[in-house]
Amino acid sequence: MAIVDYTATELLERMDSRDLTSRDITAAYLAQIETHHGEVNALVRWDAEGAMRTAEAIDSRRELGEPVGLLAGVPVVVKDNLCTSRHVTSCASRMLANYCSPYDATVIERLKAADAVILGKGNMDEFAMGASTETSAFGPTHNPWKLGHIPGGSSGGSAAAVAASMAPVSLGSDTGGSIRQPSAHCGVVGLKPTYGRVSRYGLIAFGSSLDCIGPMGRTAEDVARVMSVLAGNDPKDATSIAGPVPRYEMSCREPLDGVRLGVIDEQFGEGLDDEVASKVEMAIREFEGLGATVTNISLPHIRYAIAAYYIIAPSEASSNLARFDGAHYGYRAEDIPLDEQDGPLVAMYRKTRREGFGEEVKRRIMLGTYSLSAGYYDAYYLRALKIRRLIAQDFADAYKNVDFLIGPVTPTPAFEIGEKMEDPLAMYLGDSYTVGANLAGLPALSLPCGHTAEGLPVAVQLQGPALSEEGLLQLACAFQQESDWHLMRPELTKAE
Amino acid sequence: MNDSLPYTTIIGLEVHVQLATRSKLFCRCENRYGADPNTLTCPVCAGLPGALPVMNRSAYELSVRAAVGLNCEIPLFTKWDRKNYFYADLPKGFQTSQFDLPLSQHGYLDISDPKGEFSDKRIGIIRAHLEEDAGKSLHDEAAGKADSRIDLNRCGTPLLEIVSEPDLRSPEEVGIYLSDLKLLLEYLRISDCNMQEGSLRVDANINLHLPVDGELKATPIVEVKNMNSFRAVQRALAYEAVRQYEQWQESGRCLGDPGVTKETRGWDDDAGVSRSQRSKEESSDYRYFPEPDLPPVVITEAEVEAHRLALGELPAALRTRLVAEYQLPEGDADVLVNQGRPLVDYFFSLAGAIDDGKIASNWIQQDVMRYLSEVGVTIDDYPVAAEQLGSLIADVLAKKLSTSRGREVLAQMVSSGETPQAAMQSLGIVEVDSAATEQLCRELLEANPKVVADIKEGKMKAVGALVGQAKQRNPNVQPQEVRDLCLRLAGEM
Ligand SMILES: [Zn+2]
Repeated sequence: MAIVDYTATELLERMDSRDLTSRDITAAYLAQIETHHGEVNALVRWDAEGAMRTAEAIDSRRELGEPVGLLAGVPVVVKDNLCTSRHVTSCASRMLANYCSPYDATVIERLKAADAVILGKGNMDEFAMGASTETSAFGPTHNPWKLGHIPGGSSGGSAAAVAASMAPVSLGSDTGGSIRQPSAHCGVVGLKPTYGRVSRYGLIAFGSSLDCIGPMGRTAEDVARVMSVLAGNDPKDATSIAGPVPRYEMSCREPLDGVRLGVIDEQFGEGLDDEVASKVEMAIREFEGLGATVTNISLPHIRYAIAAYYIIAPSEASSNLARFDGAHYGYRAEDIPLDEQDGPLVAMYRKTRREGFGEEVKRRIMLGTYSLSAGYYDAYYLRALKIRRLIAQDFADAYKNVDFLIGPVTPTPAFEIGEKMEDPLAMYLGDSYTVGANLAGLPALSLPCGHTAEGLPVAVQLQGPALSEEGLLQLACAFQQESDWHLMRPELTKAE
Repeated sequence: MNDSLPYTTIIGLEVHVQLATRSKLFCRCENRYGADPNTLTCPVCAGLPGALPVMNRSAYELSVRAAVGLNCEIPLFTKWDRKNYFYADLPKGFQTSQFDLPLSQHGYLDISDPKGEFSDKRIGIIRAHLEEDAGKSLHDEAAGKADSRIDLNRCGTPLLEIVSEPDLRSPEEVGIYLSDLKLLLEYLRISDCNMQEGSLRVDANINLHLPVDGELKATPIVEVKNMNSFRAVQRALAYEAVRQYEQWQESGRCLGDPGVTKETRGWDDDAGVSRSQRSKEESSDYRYFPEPDLPPVVITEAEVEAHRLALGELPAALRTRLVAEYQLPEGDADVLVNQGRPLVDYFFSLAGAIDDGKIASNWIQQDVMRYLSEVGVTIDDYPVAAEQLGSLIADVLAKKLSTSRGREVLAQMVSSGETPQAAMQSLGIVEVDSAATEQLCRELLEANPKVVADIKEGKMKAVGALVGQAKQRNPNVQPQEVRDLCLRLAGEM
């Protein structure tokens, strides 16, 4: 087995037993990136030199018998909306194409403290707005399973990097499904934690009340291990949750007894692809086989989730992205036309934002600005907040009767690149099954459970109440012990 | 209020006060005026991507103290909202402020005119809420200059916005309201209220009510900005009332007429006129919505009550006490209280030491305050402790030295930091015992038979010459003692 086929847990075992060094491992992943970057375009930039230096430093500490962190020597790819004090953090936008953050995001600090080796930055939809990684200013990422198809988004680069064996684990961010949906399309495990469980400090904000950073990997165990590093209170994030953090990678192998699963009725109707439906139903039967009891559950307000989400997220985004105005940092337009009415400052703002943002970002800024405007606020933003509360209540009611909810992650398998670019509404409807967890602030996990006849991955979504990440990871771990979807690898073009 | 005017002036004020916290509202940067540009900044207050705010609780507590001092109701739950607008000094593109659930509301400030020109009056406070200050643009946008500069040091400074009801009826009332408000905030140690440094800023809303054929008409409301001193506020409002009246006579336009919007005018104190500012700013829609990065703030009844109990004696109560307990005239009480609590405390110590409020007040107003204003320092930096000054005044009261000699001694104490005794020694002042004084008087009377004769004839004024000679021979003699003694001895001769 090649180095790049190991899981993070296996790599750690081999480093502990001195069969492999982080140097070997890091070099192997960098070689995989170099070889297949042209096909997949999973990373927007990587730092081979810096990664090798870190790997060597960790190797020598391990050699000296010094204590090392939970991810010591394990390569990681992080989404390009996470601020890193080395190199550029661009959000895959022309607006920040040359922006260097002076500080590390809290999750980056935590990865570094756990002795992870950060390889580079994952491609994404511009400012995390999209479900296909096609809106990136650096070109689309290709699905490693079928290069003409999208990898999902917005964390498409992070998902594709794991699927293409360019990193054993990666970090994504999830505002409406942006970890789970690309994980589903790329056949990897992706966890969107409870809102506030992982600090957002240093995550370039999209929808602040919805944004969550989370891990992606081939196995639930790897995801659990990274989660142990990421989770915890951060005094720099006022919305961060206090309280102890479990060692997820230890508890995830414990057996689950008498788990009650609820199948979300509303997510098996119109719009769900037959092949996806049948794979998800098979997964549900496998869970039954593992001892889970399954009942049907209704979330009566979930059908309004997309409508509410596409008011709330763009509203917050319209405010969060106001700072990108060319005045302080980032892209600034040149040759500002003389604007008689508004003066040179406004003219500069206008041209900078027109040129610096892509179409999808501008569409969402417009949507959000409109929803918050005087005369529309009550009809849109305020009603969306009310729906949000009703949806949260639906989940709370459901968890009185079941422990976890189960259903599909996406209505269809990954579509072709370019297929939905002209139809934003169709693209938005792809988020139907995932946005509920963001609106309610609850954890959810995407678990690979099959492939279509065309060879595209399909996943099942597990959702749970607040801070139930341990249970979700246990379920996923139990499933993976009885299945081998996570062992499959896409066929990439061989190196010349 | 001038009853002869054909209109009533209606004024409400928005006062912004920078809170005297150590650090800024949402980050740990130092909250200080006057540092080099952009040296007191961090990713949070500079609005860098990914940075998040964390509330400085002491700014909230200070605001609650101010609001309690303004007799406001304190809701037990308050939240933050974003006020969205683009400007170069606002790096996030929004200001974190409070919109529909401010930290306090429905308060009042009682004002009274020491000159008695208007009767005591209660000015309503609609609300006081907390928000972050913006940076400073050091450029001239209108001129379109290329080298615009921005200083973000002020970004994130906690700012308390105190909005009054439109209860003020004249520039004079506005002046009293502002100085009473400033005094209250200083007493509560909320802010240094320095208008030059921008830690207190005033915007005014003003219009006129005019009776026309038994009906009350109102002129359009105008917001006046850019007033950099209390005097400028009063001048701007006096100007604006006249301007609105003249405009109304010309156009007859009233509040609520079609096409009438709120106008913003900037005051030019040098020119003594206000000018209309661009109309774009009036129509701005700030798209307020709840700040998702900050949890709501909660406080308990008990905590609010603790703030109420900790307020201490506020200026109005202190004035009353000075009049009642120390028998000071109201004017004296007003002057002392307006100097701030530390000076009042100095007064208390001094009055206690000499057991006389009025004399203590006189010395403070004539000697201490003159020094403070000449040197430009506060009472905390006054070199003579109240006990030392008290001991000096006691000597004067005991006629050990004259008031004018006392002033000389005080001047010596101020410049050298000496005790009264040491200062007297430095000046060569020694107490002359009564035997020595009597000896001196006898010598003078014997040497001046003409004066003795005059005195015997009843020309008492003649004794003045002897007092003068006595002071020349020994500057330490008590003139009054010499006068009395010479008169008695001459009578016996
Ligand atoms: Zn700061």
